[in-house]
Amino acid sequence: MPDLSSNLAGIKSPNPFWLASAPPTNSGYQVMKAFDAGWGGAVWKTLGVPVVNVSSRYGGVNYRDSRLVGLNNIELITDRPLKDNLEEIEEVKKHFPDHAVIASLMVETREEWHQIVKDVENAGSDGIELNFGCPHGMCERGMGSAVGQEPKVLKTIVEWVKEVASIPVIVKLTPNISDIVEPARAAKEGNGDAISLINTIQSLVGVDIDNFVPYPVVDGESTNGGYCGPAVKPIALNMVKNCAQNVDLPISGIGGIENWRDAVEYFLLGATNVQVCTAVMHFGFGIIREMLPGLENYMKEKGFSNLEEMKGKALDNVKTWENLNLKYKVVAEIDEEKCVGCQLCYIACEDGAHQAIRLKENENRVPEIIEENCVGCNLCSIVCPIEDCITMERRDDGSENLTWAQRTDANDIPTTFNDEKAGGIGHWVPKPTDALRK
Amino acid sequence: MGEFKRPETEQEFADNFSQIKPLMNETEAYYESSRCLFCYDAPCQKACPTAIDIPLFIRQINSGDVTGSAETIYASNYFGNACGKVCPTEVLCEGACVYNEQNVKPIEIGRLQNFATKQAIEENKNLFSLAPENGKKIAIVGAGPAGVSCACELRALGYEVDIFEAKAKPSGLTVHGVAPYKIENEEVLDEMEYLEKQFGYRVTYNSPINSEEDLRKLEEGYDAIFLGIGLGNTSVLGLPGEDLDNCVGATELIEELRMNHHQIKIGNKVVVLGGGNTAMDAASESARMGAESVILSYRRGPEEMGAYDFEYDLAKGVGAQGLFNVQPVEILGNGGVEGVRFTRTEVVGNELREIPGSEFEIQCDMVIKATGQLKQKDFLNMIAGVEMDDGGRISIDSSGRIGSTKYFAGGDAVNGGAEVVNAAAEGKEAAQGIHQYLME
Ligand SMILES: Cc1cc2nc3c(=O)[nH]c(=O)nc-3n(C[C@H](O)[C@H](O)[C@H](O)COP(=O)(O)OP(=O)(O)OC[C@H]3O[C@@H](n4cnc5c(N)ncnc54)[C@H](O)[C@@H]3O)c2cc1C
Ligand SMILES: Cc1cc2nc3c(=O)[nH]c(=O)nc-3n(C[C@H](O)[C@H](O)[C@H](O)COP(=O)(O)O)c2cc1C
Ligand code: SF4
Ligand code: SF4
Ligand code: SF4
Repeated sequence: MPDLSSNLAGIKSPNPFWLASAPPTNSGYQVMKAFDAGWGGAVWKTLGVPVVNVSSRYGGVNYRDSRLVGLNNIELITDRPLKDNLEEIEEVKKHFPDHAVIASLMVETREEWHQIVKDVENAGSDGIELNFGCPHGMCERGMGSAVGQEPKVLKTIVEWVKEVASIPVIVKLTPNISDIVEPARAAKEGNGDAISLINTIQSLVGVDIDNFVPYPVVDGESTNGGYCGPAVKPIALNMVKNCAQNVDLPISGIGGIENWRDAVEYFLLGATNVQVCTAVMHFGFGIIREMLPGLENYMKEKGFSNLEEMKGKALDNVKTWENLNLKYKVVAEIDEEKCVGCQLCYIACEDGAHQAIRLKENENRVPEIIEENCVGCNLCSIVCPIEDCITMERRDDGSENLTWAQRTDANDIPTTFNDEKAGGIGHWVPKPTDALRK
Repeated sequence: MGEFKRPETEQEFADNFSQIKPLMNETEAYYESSRCLFCYDAPCQKACPTAIDIPLFIRQINSGDVTGSAETIYASNYFGNACGKVCPTEVLCEGACVYNEQNVKPIEIGRLQNFATKQAIEENKNLFSLAPENGKKIAIVGAGPAGVSCACELRALGYEVDIFEAKAKPSGLTVHGVAPYKIENEEVLDEMEYLEKQFGYRVTYNSPINSEEDLRKLEEGYDAIFLGIGLGNTSVLGLPGEDLDNCVGATELIEELRMNHHQIKIGNKVVVLGGGNTAMDAASESARMGAESVILSYRRGPEEMGAYDFEYDLAKGVGAQGLFNVQPVEILGNGGVEGVRFTRTEVVGNELREIPGSEFEIQCDMVIKATGQLKQKDFLNMIAGVEMDDGGRISIDSSGRIGSTKYFAGGDAVNGGAEVVNAAAEGKEAAQGIHQYLME
């Protein structure tokens, strides 16, 4: 039986699934219910300066019949009194001493930081998360992402916190920045114990086109919000990878996680544990029933006996583009038995790629790959609606490895468009006027 | 009619009885599982007699954890694979799916369930943890859904289990009674083999328990006994001509059909007597075996038939014709069946009356009686302390126990004849009852 217990910079939890700081961790009631359901830890809804929230706070993005592939919110930090939150943290820890309760914090001055750190330590928190990520509202007041976007300010505040904190400090990063590694390094320099990412991405999820106002509508007006949910996972994964490769701090991965598989992807790219918000807001705490056995079955199948063994397993395989093998060659292959004849692959390749698929005349509707033209871009296999119907088959024999970096070193790179060594040279394209007869 | 050619080979039989709920492929399973809403307090789960966590197992299929999905299903129902195909899902889980409320096609829960468990069976996945042996022994009479489910649960709790089965194959009516277009013999037996391997109970086939002597041995040799004996043969109507050749009981005929497929003889003109699900099955099966005409005759009107609407639709779909408000008074013939004499009926108040002078005859060369199965009263009368209700159903307490005896029971013998899923649920519950009883 694989061991699912997790340890993020000294914060232990029975499993690596935590609730992210957000409405699901708004109260002791919710956190206890979540622990009871199987969650391993919870980052409390951010505590800090007093705020007032608006009514009408969220906007959702649906894709066809899939609801909430993205969620946008303009909610601020907790609007419940600090005292109530502290009492509830204490009570939760009494009932669940082995689960992780992390206090997420956001205040302004050094004195305020010192005071609130002491308060949450006294309440029994296992760790602290600094919310330098909120990209709406709070940043207008110089907090949240306004801090996360200024590595120097970020470092200073981490230092303030570390002056008094005796429990581990996690720095939560905002993705609203061009290079995530900079604030991550600042967190390290400020002596932070771990980083967590990502917070939400600044967004407008859509516009009410009858009344000319974006969502969510607050009395005929709106403001930008923070975007999260399944749609943000690719952005978060890349940022987690960048931090894992460049900064020596444990990572709590956040963004678009809703099943065991999403979590495993984060672990393989270097995360020590994961946090979840939107999926719980959509389906409730019960999704943990799918996550725990899914992770366990995966680990059994792969022979991992604990989480550390799989951590970062994919990192060595993420390189810079110039170090990829230019001799690797795949082409598309269609499984005629599986093909349903929708011809989406054909039109995708014909209009959107390299004219490497042809339709057979008067036969069946199964298209045919023109191997000579196929550059192996994968597009057809991605649009094909049938599982494993178009597969990408390797054509080189694997014996050669030549990268752009090696070619540069050997002075073997094209310098002009007419250079023989240029990539597209000699690749067949139809005559422009052939288009008119179609 | 004549939609179906008389099958002469195994292949032709398979074609005529093609599966109405075929195995899903990966694409189908992925798309279908994507549609499930993961409802809270899901109505589908509440409608399942074994309370499978349906939203969870569907989500597990969707996230690629098919093993976990099978584990979820088997945690509630040991006949998970068979049930996916044979359950009347239209009136159970799928009938309760919230999509019905907006006339959207409900999730195909049964087929998804069958898909997930199929992989576990094929790969002989170890999904079960068995408690250490506790030194106690339980005997089970009957290897039907009730008996086998009870055996699995008892093994999981650490008991040694011996099953005694009268027939040569396990699964009871699942392989001997359910219509062949719902599930193939091989698929039923594959699941039985998987469970036997995983749980390690012993089954002794061809060994009916049918004497007081047999029962005494069980009582002496075991700490408790579970009766999963189901029902008996088709009941006798007491009509003149009932013993003519080709006047047969539905359950007996269907058993022969399941065992010998195209090799059995079905008449050209068939009259089925009865209005329950077994009658619908017998009619469908006769049509698929190539009968030229199949008449479904029932004492009352169509709306009063016990059969589910979709079962009647299936029978009508293959050409069976309903003949309502008629009662058979004599099976006609000389050696073999040549026809049935009916009288018309009417309902006055609550009472069904024959209409005098309304008799008429229908020619046919086969009569199938689907008018209910007998209870196993003779067998049960051999056991001291057994109580039965007026209908011959075994009376049990909430733990599945019969009075103050060491006997427990579940399945058709207790509920009077329901579905595989009910027997599976009751067998499992009785195992918990036995555990309680012995651990007291
Ligand atoms: C024609 C027909 C069609 C059906 N179709 C469906 C369907 O589509 N879907 C569905 O869910 N359900 C269907 N059912 C109902 C379902 O098959 C039963 O509800 C279910 O099999 C009952 O399980 P059980 O274990 O109680 O009894 P059974 O399945 O009857 O099993 C009892 C077992 O005990 C054995 N046995 C009996 N007496 C003794 C003895 N003295 N000693 C040793 N062994 C003994 C029998 O040989 C048998 O193997 C159908 C039933 C019939 C008759
Ligand atoms: C309504 C809402 C409120 C949030 N409030 C906070 C907050 O108070 N503090 C914080 O650090 N993050 C907050 N977040 C961000 C989440 O913690 C998380 O980083 C983000 O939603 C990405 O994860 P997800 O894709 O699983 O939702 C909030 C998110 C949402 C949707
Ligand atoms: S989710 Fe609850 S709080 Fe929010 S609008 Fe609906 S009813 Fe109100
Ligand atoms: S996209 Fe897939 S299914 Fe559609 S025509 Fe191409 S190969 Fe066939
Ligand atoms: S009711 Fe339907 S949609 Fe809801 S969980 Fe059940 S199968 Fe899924």
